[in-house]
Amino acid sequence: MTKDFSAQGLTRRTLLKGTGAGLLASAFAAPVWAQAAPIKLGFQLHRTGIGAAYGRWYERTAQAALTTINAAGGINGRPVEIVFEDDGTDPKRGAEVVEKLTSQHGCDLIFGPLFSHVVIGSAPRAGELKVPYLVCSEGYHVASGMLNRWTMQPGITDVRAQVSSMAPWVLANLGKKVTMVFPDYAFGYDHRDFFTAAVQAGGGEVIAQIAIPPTETTFTRYLPQIPAETEVLYHVMVGPAVLTFVKELGEFYGSGARPQIFGFIDSLEAVDTAAPGLEFLEGTHFWEAHNRVKQADASEHEVAYRAAVGVDDNGASVSDAKDVSTYSHMFSVWETLHVIKAGMEASGYQTSADRQKFVEAVEAMSDMPESAAHVQGAKKFNGKTHQVFGHQMISKVEGGKLMRVHKTTMEDGMYDDAVDYTTQSF
Amino acid sequence: MTASQKIWALHLGLIAVLFAAQYVLPPYHATNLARIMVLSIFAMGYNIAFGYTGLLSLGHALFFAAGMYGMGLSLTLLGWTALPALIAGLVAGGLLAGAVGVLALRTAGVSFMIVTLMFAQAGYLALLYFGTITGGDEGFNPDRSLRMIGSLDLSADTPRYLVALGLFALALLLCLWLVRSPFGRVMVAMRENEERSRMLGYNPFAIKLITLVLSGFYAGLAGAAYGLLFGYVGATFATIQYSILPMLYVLLGGAGTVIGPFLGALAMFYLIDLASGITDAYFFVVGAALVALVLFAPKGILGALRERGVRWLP
Repeated sequence: MTKDFSAQGLTRRTLLKGTGAGLLASAFAAPVWAQAAPIKLGFQLHRTGIGAAYGRWYERTAQAALTTINAAGGINGRPVEIVFEDDGTDPKRGAEVVEKLTSQHGCDLIFGPLFSHVVIGSAPRAGELKVPYLVCSEGYHVASGMLNRWTMQPGITDVRAQVSSMAPWVLANLGKKVTMVFPDYAFGYDHRDFFTAAVQAGGGEVIAQIAIPPTETTFTRYLPQIPAETEVLYHVMVGPAVLTFVKELGEFYGSGARPQIFGFIDSLEAVDTAAPGLEFLEGTHFWEAHNRVKQADASEHEVAYRAAVGVDDNGASVSDAKDVSTYSHMFSVWETLHVIKAGMEASGYQTSADRQKFVEAVEAMSDMPESAAHVQGAKKFNGKTHQVFGHQMISKVEGGKLMRVHKTTMEDGMYDDAVDYTTQSF
Repeated sequence: MTASQKIWALHLGLIAVLFAAQYVLPPYHATNLARIMVLSIFAMGYNIAFGYTGLLSLGHALFFAAGMYGMGLSLTLLGWTALPALIAGLVAGGLLAGAVGVLALRTAGVSFMIVTLMFAQAGYLALLYFGTITGGDEGFNPDRSLRMIGSLDLSADTPRYLVALGLFALALLLCLWLVRSPFGRVMVAMRENEERSRMLGYNPFAIKLITLVLSGFYAGLAGAAYGLLFGYVGATFATIQYSILPMLYVLLGGAGTVIGPFLGALAMFYLIDLASGITDAYFFVVGAALVALVLFAPKGILGALRERGVRWLP
C-alpha cells in the first residue's frame, strides 16, 4: 500500500529520506553536547526539617536556573545537571550529605544550604574533601573567618551587612529610640549586636533589648517590657511564632498609639502578609533583600527571573496563590549557580582536579553588574572574605502588600575585613 | 568450640572485619562506617543503662553533648591538646550522668523517662543561653590544627577511621567484659527483679547509679570523639532527637546484646541514607521498619537470633 502525499508535493520516499537526513543532521549538529559528560553539581537541600519552606523554593529556583543555563549552552560547552540531596536541615546529616554528593555522586562542587548551623556543621567536611562549597546562608560565619577556604558566599549578602545598612534609614525616618525584640540565640544575637552598634554609630539609642527564649509560644509577658518612650520597635522573630507575636502585639497596642515598627522579612518568608491575623502589620516596615511584590520599576532581568521560577506579581507560585515564596532569599540560588558558571568558565574547569582553580577564579571576582545572572541587583564580591555585598530594600506594608520605600547603596553594608582566606592554604 | 571461644571469635572477628573494611569500601562508606562506629559507642552506653539494667532514659543526648562540649571547650577555651580534651569529654559525660542520676534515680519507669528528658532539655537550653561560650545554636568548628593527636591528623580519612575503630574496639571489649562480670549479672538482676535483688543484699540505687555513670562515660566519649573526628560541636546534638536515636539503635540491634547497638546503628544509618534517596518521607520508612520490628522481632535483630538458637550471644 502506498500513501499519497502528493497534495503536499511529497512522496513517502521523499518523506523517509527527509526524516533520515534530519535525524542524521541532528546527530551531527550537537556532537559535543551528546558526548560530553555533564558537569555535576551537588545541591545540599533543606527538603525536610525546619528549613523545608525555604528548601522547596530553593529547589524550584535551582531547577529554573539550571534550565536557563543549559538552554544557553551549559558550562564550558557541557550540559549541567544537579543532584539534590536532602539534609533534613540537620548539621550531622548535612556533613554526611556533603560526603555523599562528593564521594558517591561524584559532584564537581556543592552549593545551596541556608541554615547557619547546617553550614557550620558541614563546612569542615567540604574543606577536608577539598570540594568548593558555595552557601546561600546569609550568616556572618563566612566573612567572620570561622570557616575555610573552600567555603564561599557569592550569592547573598550577610546579616551583618543587612542590619548595618538598615540602621541609617531607620534612624532618619522612623525614630532614634529603638527597642529590639529578638530570639534568644545566635541568629538573634547577630541582629542585637550589629544593629545596636549601627544605631549607636548613627546617633540613636537602643533603649531595651528583649530576648525571647526559643521555647516561648506566647509573648504577652514580654510586651510590657517595651519602654513607653520607644520610637521604633525592631523585631526579628522566626518560625510559626511570628504569627502569634504579631497578633499579640496588635492586641497589646490595640487602636491606641504605637511606635513605628520595623522587622526583618525572615519572620514572614513563605507567609502571606495579607493573611488574617496580620492586619496589625499594615503601615509597618520590613527589610527585604529582593522585593516579593513586583515593583513598578522592576528590571527586565527581574521580570524574566520571576517568570522562569514561576512566581506571580505578588510573590506566590503561579500555580497556587497560597504558596508564597521565600523571595528575599531564593534569588541567592539563581545567582550562585551563575557565579558557578562564571567561575568554571574563567578557570577552564574540566575535572575535579580543577577545583582549586575554580576557587581561585571566584576569589578573583569583584564587580557583578545587574544582569540576567544577578537578578536581585548589582553586587561586589570580596575575594578575601569570600562574601558578596549588595543593595538592600526597605518596604512598607500597604494594603497587605510590601511596597519598596528605600533602596540602600552597596557601601551602606560594607565593613572591614575580618579574614583573608586567600592567605590560607588549600 | 566452647561458648566463651565463640564469643571471643565473634567480637574479635567483628573488629578485624571493620579493620579490613577501610581497604575494601569506597570512601563514602568508609567515612560512614567511622561515623557509625562512634555512634555505636553512644548506643553501647545506652545499652548498658537500658538493655542490661532496665533504665529507660530520654536524656542521653545531654551526656553525649557534655562529652562533645567538654572536648570542644577544652580545646578552644583551655587550650588543651586533643587527647586530654577527649578525656575531658569522657569525664564530663560520666560526671553529668552521675549528677543527673543522683536526682533522677529517685524515680523509676515513666517518671525516670520524664525527669531525664527534662534535664536534657535544660541542658540544651543552657547551651543556647550561654551562646557566647558555646556558639549557641550555630555551634563551632574546632580548628583543624587542634584536631591532632601527636602527629596523627584526625581530619584525614585513614587516621580518623583508625581512631574511631580503636575507640569502638575498646568500648566493645570493655562492654563485653562488663556484662560477663559479676557486676554485669547484678545489672541484669536489677532489670529483671529489683526487689528480689534488694532482698539478696544489693543496693539498687548504688548499682543503677554506677551503671548510669558508666553509660555517661560511653556517651561522653562518643560525643567527644564525634566532635573531634568530624570537626563540629553544636547544640543540635543536645536535642531530644539524639536521646531517641541511641534507643532506636539498641532496640533495632537487640537490647541486652553487646554487638546489637552496632548493628542497630549500622542498619538505621543506611535505612535513612537509602530511604532518603527514594522519598522525602524517609522517617516514615524508618517508623514503618520499627513497627515491623516490634511486631515480628520485638527483641531486635540479635535478640531474635538469641531466641532462635544462638543462645551463647552475650
